[in-house]
Amino acid sequence: MPDGILLEYVPILTLILVGLGIGGVALIAPQLLAPKRPSRRKQLPYESGMIPIGPAQRRFPVKFYLIALLFILFDIEIIFFYPWALQVRSLKTLALVEMGLFVLILLIGYIYAWRKGAFEWER
Amino acid sequence: MAPFLVEAAIKSLILVLLLLTGFAYLTLAERKLIADFQARIGPNRAGPYGLLQPLADAVKLFFKEDFIPEYADRVLFVLAPLITLIPTLLIFAVIPFGPELTLFGYRTRLQLTDVHVGVLYIVAVTSISVYGITLAGWASNNKYALLGGIRASAQMISYELAMGLAIVSVVLTTGTLQVSGIVEAQRNGWLIFLQPVAAVIFFITGLAEIKRAPFDLVEAEQELTAGYLTEYSSMKFALFFMSEYVKMIGFGALMTTFFLGGYLGPFVDLYPGLGVVYFTLKVGFLIFVLIWLRATLPRIRYDQLMSLGWKVLLPLSLANVMGTAVVVALTA
Repeated sequence: MPDGILLEYVPILTLILVGLGIGGVALIAPQLLAPKRPSRRKQLPYESGMIPIGPAQRRFPVKFYLIALLFILFDIEIIFFYPWALQVRSLKTLALVEMGLFVLILLIGYIYAWRKGAFEWER
Repeated sequence: MAPFLVEAAIKSLILVLLLLTGFAYLTLAERKLIADFQARIGPNRAGPYGLLQPLADAVKLFFKEDFIPEYADRVLFVLAPLITLIPTLLIFAVIPFGPELTLFGYRTRLQLTDVHVGVLYIVAVTSISVYGITLAGWASNNKYALLGGIRASAQMISYELAMGLAIVSVVLTTGTLQVSGIVEAQRNGWLIFLQPVAAVIFFITGLAEIKRAPFDLVEAEQELTAGYLTEYSSMKFALFFMSEYVKMIGFGALMTTFFLGGYLGPFVDLYPGLGVVYFTLKVGFLIFVLIWLRATLPRIRYDQLMSLGWKVLLPLSLANVMGTAVVVALTA
């Protein structure tokens, strides 16, 4: 294998291409093989056989946005754990103290969110 | 450069073909096993023991009308299956299926590529397929699909946190982000014995990530018809179905690599080919457990899902990471 740190990503590109090939065949083949008989009723969105009531892309509960916000906060913090996890062996106590402070701040936010009821689904 | 590219292309092709076959027979295995659990016979018409059933299913799906609803966002509706499938395939790029061995006089690793930050790559790639499912739900312009898609994304991002932290414990214990390094670090003992808490958290969050029972709220038939799949038909449906089952294999492969010693086993140094056998057996066992769980456990409620993820698994995995760090720092 040739040297170079970016070259190790080349096989991933070939895998993406093969995946696109399989996906492309799967998307195109039915266009050639399968029948096409559209009708007015068939084109309607499925709603258990009823005629759909109102638009489908409606507003959805704000709880989902809250989950997404919390996820972004925590996920960014978890990314910081990865480089740290590799250095714990060499930095020892320093790494522990640093991460201890970081997790402390994280925990304050976590407890605040918990007390505010951010993790309660039924309210 | 040319032989390197050819090797990469051949390996990618073999990998995808293996996954396609694995997916096809996994659907049959699941139907057969669920039938056994419920004292039924299961598919047995197409070929001996129903062995040709996956082929029959594929042919049928190819000849079904490929239907796009009138009000759907056509571009996203067509792209969503690909956005779900390709990241799922990409997980396997860094998984070592066996040790280094000589094949037809050519020394090679049974791994597509050994990225130096392989673990980070896995975490990144597994997150992308959330987009495909959310977009599928949105683009269908159907209420069931939208709700299913949003539920799926909320469930997957909630459990990704605890899963990320469980993987941090693995990285802490082995001291490397390279996937082959994690497997080699388990020569003296599988990580499931060193990191039992992380292993359990990884298993539970993995179930939620691949939306398997008891976390299959996304496709809760009684409430959401088929969730984000409601408007999909023909091969677009098959692509989603395929990524679901490839994800099952991917989950088994990741759990095996991180916690069950990957391809390691007795005599693997003498006969490197045995590594593939051990790897397949371990993954097969895990997939059997997944199917077993589906036949056993009822689905949990959505509020239970959220409180389990945020109130139990997240603090538990954080505590596990900090505990591991203290042990690692003091014994290093």
